Amino acid sequence: MAAMTLDELCHLLVAVAGEPSAEVASTDLADTEFTELGYDSLALMEAAARIAQEYGVRIPDADIFEMRTPRDLLDLVNGAPGAGDLPAPVAARP
Amino acid sequence: MSAVVVTGIGVLAPGGLGLEPFWEGVCDRRSAISELTRFDTSGFPARLAGQITGLNPAELLPSRLLVQTDISTRFVLIAADWALRDAKVEPGTYTDYETGVITSNACGGFEFTHREFRKLWTTGPAAVSVYESFAWFYAVSTGQISIRNTLRGPSGALVAEQAGGLDAIGHACRAVRRGTPMMLTGGADSALDPWGWAAQLSGGQVSTATDPDRAYLPFDTDARGYVPGEGGAILVLEDASTAASRGAQNLYGEIAGYGSTFDPPPWSGGRPALGRAALLALEDAGIGPTDVDVVFADGAGVAELDRGEAETITELFGACGVPVTVPKAVTGRLYSGGGPVDVAVALMAMRDGLIPPTAATAKVPDSYRIDLVRDAPRPADLAHALVLGRGRWGFNSAVVVRRSPRLGSETP
Repeated sequence: MAAMTLDELCHLLVAVAGEPSAEVASTDLADTEFTELGYDSLALMEAAARIAQEYGVRIPDADIFEMRTPRDLLDLVNGAPGAGDLPAPVAARP
Repeated sequence: MSAVVVTGIGVLAPGGLGLEPFWEGVCDRRSAISELTRFDTSGFPARLAGQITGLNPAELLPSRLLVQTDISTRFVLIAADWALRDAKVEPGTYTDYETGVITSNACGGFEFTHREFRKLWTTGPAAVSVYESFAWFYAVSTGQISIRNTLRGPSGALVAEQAGGLDAIGHACRAVRRGTPMMLTGGADSALDPWGWAAQLSGGQVSTATDPDRAYLPFDTDARGYVPGEGGAILVLEDASTAASRGAQNLYGEIAGYGSTFDPPPWSGGRPALGRAALLALEDAGIGPTDVDVVFADGAGVAELDRGEAETITELFGACGVPVTVPKAVTGRLYSGGGPVDVAVALMAMRDGLIPPTAATAKVPDSYRIDLVRDAPRPADLAHALVLGRGRWGFNSAVVVRRSPRLGSETP
């Protein structure tokens, strides 16, 4: 599984939780706290669910509440032990 | 005790985005009832609705709110924005704990939930939005308005089908009387997705008429059910003395009284309690039936319910003893939004000295003995209006609206 880029993370966050509430220069984005960007714990849970679907990486709930910045999240995704080990999502029976 | 005044109004309803255009449409009898276009209704027995058109929430709300809100919540957030803008409360006038929110909702977030349930069934639980946890439920309007506008005072959510919007206004009025200087109140609903529509039809009172002009006929001999609509209104209520000291520019009128009752069980043989709700509201306002200049009726559009309401009105006011109107005939029934829109219309009626007509009703049974305003607005000097609402399964609520002394020619 290819590493997740900052750009991909930003697109994913906008898709699941909307545009950030603060204008932040792209160079500073990785280290800007989620609270400043307007992403609360629900937004991060939603992002984690989407990351699990698209990247096959499961982020434990406890880590979701620990991470502060996009860089923290990227480190978790790209360095996560067991990344790619997630079983394929089971489709609901018709 | 200081009066509770309405200083801001945001109306978002079929036929009018904003108070003034909506009021014009009501007076002109411009019906917003038309073919429901949100989805393919060809398999449904009822296909007419009062829909909001020409509104793009994405232009009015941040995307972070769009991803987490049902259409009904977007409506109520926009109406709250409009009401606050109308009230022109300068930042810093009140602290966050001096302002609160009490709204009503009857349907919850059907469209949002329908979409998430589809994900649940087709993809699995992990695909369901975390925002479903609150996007579906009745209190979300109050919560989102509170968060968006930092209103941290008293809050609440009332659910009483079509009576609930009046309950919210009544409870917000009480909060102001107890000492909170400003409250936002009202409600809005929308359930025009396939699941929401099926749920509404299951109630058995939705009109299956195909002619939009003859589908919702409150108090008519041909009454055949109601047409569901969407939208509602938010009002800014303030303590009259603090509103005056901040120099509030709009004094639409007062919320003078409120009462609510619950009907006895159908098998008990007890009498419906709408009249008692009206009397409680009059008592709360310190007036009697002879002081009421117009009644905004619930107007179910179901013969049995219309007859019952007509009986209640004649018992209180005598045969043809007071003008009665149902302006919601142009929007359909808006559930939690219905009462707040009626209160907004009553305030405009007082301002302009005009009772808006009941749009489509042509012939009222003689046995009803009510003076229903039809065909055209009726000029009248209005000091007090009684607004009635009934919710399915026994809810009755009534609000007395009083003309603001500063707006009228005489002190009521």
